[in-house]
Amino acid sequence: MKIQVLGTGCTKCNQLFALTEKAVQDLELNVEVEKVSDINEIVAFGIMTIPALVIDGDVKFAGNVPSLSNLKEIIKKG
Amino acid sequence: MFKVFTLFADLIVHTWLKLPVDSHWAGALHFFIEDITKIFFLLVIMIYAIGLLRASLNTERIRVFLQGKNRFFGYFLGAGFGAITPFCSCSSIPLFLGFTQARIPIGITMSFLITSPIINEVAVVLLGGLLGIKFMIIYVSIGILVGVLGGMFIDAIKAERFLMPLAENVQGGNVDLPGIEKPKMTLKDRHEFAKTELRTIFSRVWKWVFIGVGLGALLHGFVPQEFITNNLGSGQWWSVPGAVLLGIPLYSNASGMIPIAESLLSKGLPVGTTLAFMMSTVAASFPEFVILKQVMKPRLLLIFFVMLLVMFTFVGLILNIIPF
Repeated sequence: MKIQVLGTGCTKCNQLFALTEKAVQDLELNVEVEKVSDINEIVAFGIMTIPALVIDGDVKFAGNVPSLSNLKEIIKKG
Repeated sequence: MFKVFTLFADLIVHTWLKLPVDSHWAGALHFFIEDITKIFFLLVIMIYAIGLLRASLNTERIRVFLQGKNRFFGYFLGAGFGAITPFCSCSSIPLFLGFTQARIPIGITMSFLITSPIINEVAVVLLGGLLGIKFMIIYVSIGILVGVLGGMFIDAIKAERFLMPLAENVQGGNVDLPGIEKPKMTLKDRHEFAKTELRTIFSRVWKWVFIGVGLGALLHGFVPQEFITNNLGSGQWWSVPGAVLLGIPLYSNASGMIPIAESLLSKGLPVGTTLAFMMSTVAASFPEFVILKQVMKPRLLLIFFVMLLVMFTFVGLILNIIPF
């Protein structure tokens, strides 16, 4: 499993990154959360609002920061 | 319907605290309590309600919709979509690039970017609640109009010339866009979405409301009406461009700006001057320009700045002439 957080470094992007790390820790997954901040790479995913979460190359959501419990659900589903 | 908030403020200021009716502090405090309670009430209800409706809308789908549309119609659509989608300045770059990638003309993108911060559900609701429906309609129409005209102008001067290489690179890029399909939403999903929206928007906006209402209240209680009517009240020609020049670098959220506008209006500042000040404060800011610098050459930024200045000034001057 590969988890990426897309964001250019805005407040909400950092929030999502921290939250995702926390979720991964709580779920006891052995996954590295990668931060993608290069704008060209972000746009290549076809999204236009940040932050966004990508799991195994699939965009799960964009433009908002969900609650921790929702985020865990999303990660569990993969 | 909103009378309950006035009565509540009456109760606290005059019945409990027994402040004399004509004192400065009583006036300021009354304004503060009435506005804060009313605004927070409206915000919570409206953000949630609109969140429910908006759950299935996303920018990616808007892009597909705008792609290849008739130019002229496109400006209106761009501005219209800008109005209904939430705006976060941190998303303006990916949005800009994303639109460019889909070969949507830069003018239509600009229509979207100009209107987006000016019109949002929070601003509309507050305007309706605090200043009345008529004012709300004027504000929304002007917000769209300014976006449409701004977009047309940007295309007319062929602004693609002034884009940074970053944006040029994606211009000829792949047209086959990966889109995110949103699955059908159940009521529960919508509720979840609306709840998240409420939390994020409220946590971002409440401090602006506090500052805005606070300043509005002080203005209301302490600045004598004669000061404003005598110095700015007859719409002196310089007061409108002055207000816009002051407003552009100042940054405030629409929700913080509206209580200030309410207070200024009640002190006799002409409608056009007030609106021009309000829109320029909300529409553009230094942080936004810094972000846009990544995709626009300084020349285009300057054009953008001057364009906003000119448009808001005209709006203000024209509205000052029309009697309300």
